[in-house]
Amino acid sequence: MFSTKVLLKRCAMAAIVVASTAFAAAGDASGPAPAFTLTTLAGQPSGLSAYKGQVVMVNFWATWCGPCQQEMPLLDQMYKKYKPAGFTLIGVNVDKEAPPVKQLLERKPVSFPVLLDPANQVSKAYHVDEMPSSVIIDRKGQIRYIHRGYKPGDENDYQDRIRQLIRE
Amino acid sequence: MRCANLLLSGTALGALLLSSGCSIQPWVKPYERDRLADPIMAWDRDAISNAYLDHIRESREGSRGATGGAGGGCGCN
Amino acid sequence: MTHKHIFARAAVIAALLLVRSTSADVLPDNRADVFYSKYSGGGMDITGYSATARAKITENFAVEANYFIDKVSGASIDVLSQASVIKDERKQKSGTIEYLRDKTTYTASYTSSVERDYISNTAAISLSQDMFGDLTTVTLGFANTQNKVGENNGTANDPNVAWVGHALTRAYSGGVSQIITKNFIAGVNLQVITDAGYLANPYRSIRYLVPVDVNPKGYALGNQVYPDTHTSTAVQVQGKYYLPYRAAVTALYRYYTDTWGVVGNTYELDYTHPVRNRWIFEGRVRYYKQSAANFYSDLFPFADSQNFTARDQNLAALDNTTIGAKVTYAFLPDGWRFFKRGTVTLDVSRIRFNYLDFRNIKDYGLPQYPPGSEPLYNFNANVFQAFVSMYF
Repeated sequence: MFSTKVLLKRCAMAAIVVASTAFAAAGDASGPAPAFTLTTLAGQPSGLSAYKGQVVMVNFWATWCGPCQQEMPLLDQMYKKYKPAGFTLIGVNVDKEAPPVKQLLERKPVSFPVLLDPANQVSKAYHVDEMPSSVIIDRKGQIRYIHRGYKPGDENDYQDRIRQLIRE
Repeated sequence: MRCANLLLSGTALGALLLSSGCSIQPWVKPYERDRLADPIMAWDRDAISNAYLDHIRESREGSRGATGGAGGGCGCN
Repeated sequence: MTHKHIFARAAVIAALLLVRSTSADVLPDNRADVFYSKYSGGGMDITGYSATARAKITENFAVEANYFIDKVSGASIDVLSQASVIKDERKQKSGTIEYLRDKTTYTASYTSSVERDYISNTAAISLSQDMFGDLTTVTLGFANTQNKVGENNGTANDPNVAWVGHALTRAYSGGVSQIITKNFIAGVNLQVITDAGYLANPYRSIRYLVPVDVNPKGYALGNQVYPDTHTSTAVQVQGKYYLPYRAAVTALYRYYTDTWGVVGNTYELDYTHPVRNRWIFEGRVRYYKQSAANFYSDLFPFADSQNFTARDQNLAALDNTTIGAKVTYAFLPDGWRFFKRGTVTLDVSRIRFNYLDFRNIKDYGLPQYPPGSEPLYNFNANVFQAFVSMYF
């Protein structure tokens, strides 16, 4: 039906597309970071625009997510360390209800801002496809890196990226 | 030769569809897994207890096998 | 003594079940359990004690160890010739290692079960793969068991065990679990098990009709003759649904068929109801029905009437109904020091067994009941479990 040449070409094309999708799952990303406005636990509105000009890491987490709980103290340490250099960490919580979030933060407080996204609008806008996810945004508001999941040792990766973007 | 051509084209097309926008995306997003992550939604909340009950049954019944479950949970990482 | 062999064989299957994997995204939390169980029914009393601990060595690597001891006493319905009360003990040890890499969990385990007239060792491996955005989990498993079967020709207190045979069991399993909606997960399991070797229980006997002047009971006992191979296939479908006020309902159906002619259908319904962070209440109902093995008979017409003969009650046509309730109380809901959580659980079940072609010949016989007309056997069993679980 088709000549061998055409067939090989199609196979190669398919292979390239499949391979590229595999690599698109993690690592560098691009495009402007979607703006958002959410409320804090206290009910105050806040959003990405409040941190214009800073390097921002948006961390998507939930009270029911084990690895999210694991990385929180490390994110807190990182936030305190790099804040003077113009870095902010925003914890976007995806729980459907606020009380468990409040309870958790009372027992294990963090110093970085936590915003609530119960309707999952921001999660959708950022195409969150893994829990937890950390999106690192540069001073110009461009998404530079997406880190999916958390395993001990990943905080070193975060710090490398943050330092790189702070220096820019 | 015709069969091989058809098979190869089919596979190539399938691979293209799977990787392109025409594919089926996971319809339950990771941030929607709160209920599935609840311990009451685990297949085997107490594996030792379930194994013991299966053991009681299999020593008195003629059937065995295919019990247990996997999957679900928070889907984190 | 009569129940034990079946118990030990079942222990092997239970060992296979210990290789149940949960989702392949993170390894389960560290946990230690101390467990007590009591089964009483059909003239048997079985007390079990167990301790289990599992811990993550690294984020990707976990180990689990389990020790279980069963103490059996009593005289079951089919202890016909030996009227003595039996007392025996079974010890089971198992070790499991789990390795998680990306979306795949690999598990390997080894279980050893020892009692004075039955020894069985199982080596099992399994693999669990998360795919399609972690909505689908595929599991494959294989287990190999060596069994050594013996017969105690002495008494409970003065045993004299002769080893009568070996058997090899291989189990092949596959399962797919699929998240259907935010509230609903479903799964299907398939397991094919083959055994070869000495597959009978040496303590059970068949009976066949004889004239009353040969034996006043009207029947004589004989040895069971089993085929030396057995292959079974079981398929189970199950679903779990989250109810909006925070509860879960589970339904399952299992179909079993084997080369001995046994067909079994299992239906089970569970309801789980938590109360805040402290209590979890669970209720379950289970119905099981099976047809008899094709070489089973309660009463054979004469000696050697068939190539294969059995009168083991496990191979009879029977049905059973179970009602169970379970309560878990978190006495440490938010942990204490390095413990994340501590719970205590009580689980009680009541099972009603009805045999459709196995008669009670221990309590009934001539002259009131000629052979073959004795009342069908039935009994109630109570199963009690209590365990303390510490998560760390």
